[in-house]
Amino acid sequence: MRTKFSSRILAASSVLALGLTATACGGAKTGDTATSESCVDTSGDTIKIGFLNSLSGTMAISETTVFKSLSMAAKEINADGGVLGKKLEIVSEDGQSEPTVFAEKATKLIQDDCVAAVFGGWTSSSRKAMLPVFEGNDALLFYPVQYEGLESSHNIFYTGATTNQQIIPALDFLKQEKKIKSIFLVGSDYVFPRTANKIIKQYAAANGIKVLGEEYQPLGSTDFGTVVDKVKAAGADAVFNTLNGDSNVAFFKEYKGKGLTASAMPVLSVSIAEEEVPGVGVGNLEGQYTAWNYYQTIDSPTNQKFVTDFKAANGAKAVTSDPMEAAYTSLYLWKGMVEKADSFDVEDVIDASDGVSYDAPEGTVEVDGENHHIAKTALIGQVNSEGLIDTVWSSDKPIEPDPYLKSYDWWKN
Amino acid sequence: MDALLAQVFTGISAGAVLLLIALGLTLTFGQMGVINMAHGEFIMAGAYTAYVVSTIVASTELSLLIALPAGFVIGGLLGLALEASVLRWMYARPLDTLLVTYGVGLVLQQVARDIFGAPAKEVPAPGWLDGSIPILGYDFPLTRLFIIVLAGLCVAALLAVLRFTALGREIRATVGNRDLAETIGISTRRTDQATFFIGSGLAGVAGVALTLLGSTGPNLGTSYIVQAFLVVVVGGIGHLKGTIVAALGIGLLQAFLAHALTGSVAQVIVFLAIVAFLQLRPQGILSVRTRSLA
Amino acid sequence: MKKLYPYVGWLLLAIGLLVLAPAVLSDFRLGLLAKYCCYAIAAVGIGLAWGRGGMLVLGQGLYFGIGAYAMAMHLKLADAGPGGVPDFMALYGDAAVPGWWEPLRSGALAVVVILVLPALVAGLLGLAVFKRRIKGAYFAILSQALAAAFAILLVGQVKTTGGANGLNNFQGFFGYALFDPANKRMLYFLAAGILLVSILAMAWLYRTRFGELLVAVRDGEERVRFLGTDPANVKLAAYVIAAVLASIGGALFVPIAGIVSPDDVGVVASIGLLAGVALGGRASLLGPAVGALLVGYAETTLSEAFPGSWSYFQGALFVLVILLLPGGLAQLLGLVGRANAHRGDSASDHSPRGVPRGKRGETEVSRSASEEAAAR
Repeated sequence: MRTKFSSRILAASSVLALGLTATACGGAKTGDTATSESCVDTSGDTIKIGFLNSLSGTMAISETTVFKSLSMAAKEINADGGVLGKKLEIVSEDGQSEPTVFAEKATKLIQDDCVAAVFGGWTSSSRKAMLPVFEGNDALLFYPVQYEGLESSHNIFYTGATTNQQIIPALDFLKQEKKIKSIFLVGSDYVFPRTANKIIKQYAAANGIKVLGEEYQPLGSTDFGTVVDKVKAAGADAVFNTLNGDSNVAFFKEYKGKGLTASAMPVLSVSIAEEEVPGVGVGNLEGQYTAWNYYQTIDSPTNQKFVTDFKAANGAKAVTSDPMEAAYTSLYLWKGMVEKADSFDVEDVIDASDGVSYDAPEGTVEVDGENHHIAKTALIGQVNSEGLIDTVWSSDKPIEPDPYLKSYDWWKN
Repeated sequence: MDALLAQVFTGISAGAVLLLIALGLTLTFGQMGVINMAHGEFIMAGAYTAYVVSTIVASTELSLLIALPAGFVIGGLLGLALEASVLRWMYARPLDTLLVTYGVGLVLQQVARDIFGAPAKEVPAPGWLDGSIPILGYDFPLTRLFIIVLAGLCVAALLAVLRFTALGREIRATVGNRDLAETIGISTRRTDQATFFIGSGLAGVAGVALTLLGSTGPNLGTSYIVQAFLVVVVGGIGHLKGTIVAALGIGLLQAFLAHALTGSVAQVIVFLAIVAFLQLRPQGILSVRTRSLA
Repeated sequence: MKKLYPYVGWLLLAIGLLVLAPAVLSDFRLGLLAKYCCYAIAAVGIGLAWGRGGMLVLGQGLYFGIGAYAMAMHLKLADAGPGGVPDFMALYGDAAVPGWWEPLRSGALAVVVILVLPALVAGLLGLAVFKRRIKGAYFAILSQALAAAFAILLVGQVKTTGGANGLNNFQGFFGYALFDPANKRMLYFLAAGILLVSILAMAWLYRTRFGELLVAVRDGEERVRFLGTDPANVKLAAYVIAAVLASIGGALFVPIAGIVSPDDVGVVASIGLLAGVALGGRASLLGPAVGALLVGYAETTLSEAFPGSWSYFQGALFVLVILLLPGGLAQLLGLVGRANAHRGDSASDHSPRGVPRGKRGETEVSRSASEEAAAR
């Protein structure tokens, strides 16, 4: 009897479920176009914006500092009267270092909190996860980290460097200043290093530089015995390092342990900023090169104020770095766009974006309304004995962003 | 020849790291049936101990030597606390200890993040471990040599304790036959605690040593825990000799594969190889039936 | 009367999911609930394998991932159109669709892959593992290692799997546009409906001879062997069913969450799937599903209220529930019947501490005797 009873329920419920499913199918078919209405509330004397950074998980190591500098910018703006007379109200969410969570929290910020713009993201995967959310809801994201380029979304502003503002200048530096004839590529196994190395290999081929090896380690890997052996055996003139996070620590300790030095075989890194230097160890990094658009040591009144304020808010030991500065700048750029548009509406803000500029700690930056990146000056730095980074080479003027590398004839995607 | 030699050395030193992190697990997992997923966080605690010691002791030459016993004590105390507060109630449910200790591990990670901050900390290596020495023409980093020696010392010390001390005899007796051990007046409760103290303490030592190779951050433990368990399982639960063979074997396999292929693929193949190996020898390299330690 | 008890609970759950939730929740919240339903479908399978079968399946992310990636690959190919190449391949890869993707162009084949591939993988693995009598902790760690290997493999293949980014940005789901809220609701009903049906299927399964045998294997594997049934086959069947359910959950997860990445299938995600099962009550009928829904809800609300602190809550949940409430919420409500929750998952375990203290000596002897007998 029991079995019979339950199978009857089973049958009944299947019909129920399928029936409900069928009746619910009234929606649009693929190929229709999306329409979405913004729920941003501009009636009060505050305006909501969202911060979406990983405060837990593996990326918290980097993203908490971005959160701090964004908070500092918001405080400054509020103390200064807000944006269009409205005070900023921050809704902060934790991306938990997982792309899926980034997508979920971005949706929440847009649909549930009705924020006017979202600031955050760090890894390529977090940005890629959020991209369809922002495009589908026609909302605004400000992404503050250097990345692999080849992207230009209508709904995203990229305030970190694209490849022609960081990687290509770094290669120019190695070629012109260090006169390298060969190079070894080391990276974490994910999208940014692989895309960066694709660019580097084509640059090298066009400029007569030999690529002697290309090694990838899983994200978070700390076993670099084999990789460093290969680097050493290859004997390249320089190493181009696109490792991420903890792997850098293991790599540089092994590098030094095997007797490789900055003077004999310099390493140029694109993911090590002031924040990461103490973790790797100043002794292991001194003399090595980095490529960014901002260093704490930049000597300008704007930057001195930025550094002083940041230390006042976060302790004397706190350091400032490129992604933090780009995040800080992104909030001011959004403010500039909103004020120029005299509206919080996403389309109005995007329409007004072209030419908006800001006197940032890194120097004056200007938004390119076409590709949503900003013009930035490339700076090659060298780690000094205090763990800070001194500029040793500069592109002298801001480089126009070219995310698809259209102006480089050697580039074939 | 040179490349071959390099891989053998890299493999041995990777194996020594695995041995160091798996040694404590062999004790707690093998002898007590407790699957301690928080072992990784005890390793992390050891690494942070090294960091704290390095901020107190000005001399980097000495701080490592002070940090090693300190790490042992901190790891051991954490283990003792875990045993006393949670695990003692769960000996009848060994599989469940896995999830409970995983939860403890999550909390410990976040605690570390709140105390020390998310960014990795630097633990400076002592000057006498700077550089490398040539062995058969291969420049062997002194830090890696140190870890091999340390792993060897830990194994020797553990064997000595188990063989030659009263405590060791009690542990072996309890493992061999708990009821008989109790009948002859051994406090199995106390023995359990001692075992857990030693096992967790070894995790602390491993943590101190790992600061020489990698970063000191809240996620330190998670990157090692799965591998550590695999070493114990392959070695045959509860077998020191098996663990040593397994650690070196996996280290060498990984080194050779990583040389020939990419790091990612090497890891995947190692995992699959282990699964396949256990099909052939489900009880590990050494049979577990006698359940003796050495 | 007592036999009707679970069905009353099921009916309440059905009313809650199919009537109440759609009526009161916003589109966004309903979408989240749909996501929890996907986890809950996987949890129902874990309830069978772990709660009833005593197999600690630490690597269900592997099967969740098989379903999810199969679905995601199909959606990417469908978006690209006939003969088209998914967008990310043009960006990172060789702008050519690899051969092993091609079969998934067909929606029907994709559904077959989602249902059959996990069954094949679990079947092969289970056959090897259970026939060799690998159990307890060995099995748990092996399954965890497989999930870890799977995630590393996915990360390493940027050109063909999207690497750490995973696959996302899906436009349509079998012809329905995914940006349309009406279709999102349809997906919710699909997920909730499949969840409810799978619970009913379990209710039936638990009452069959197989269900009884499974509990018997959990509580005394050797005794079942002596009675003339090979425990390996029973465990294998339960493991395969759990794998297929996880795969279905994963397949539905993709259009609902709009993304799948290696983080969703690795070690951490796999253990995360267990949290709900433990909370709800692993051996009860409704426990795993309700627990998974609750954990999903708690994760969202707590991480919104206290950003950065979810680890504390999740850690505390594991410790408190498993330590104090091994039968989960079902135990609290007295819903656990004769196949009660936490007995037994140890009796067949290899651990020296696996058996109650008093009986240890004799059990040991009889077990090794029986093993030798069986080995002959």
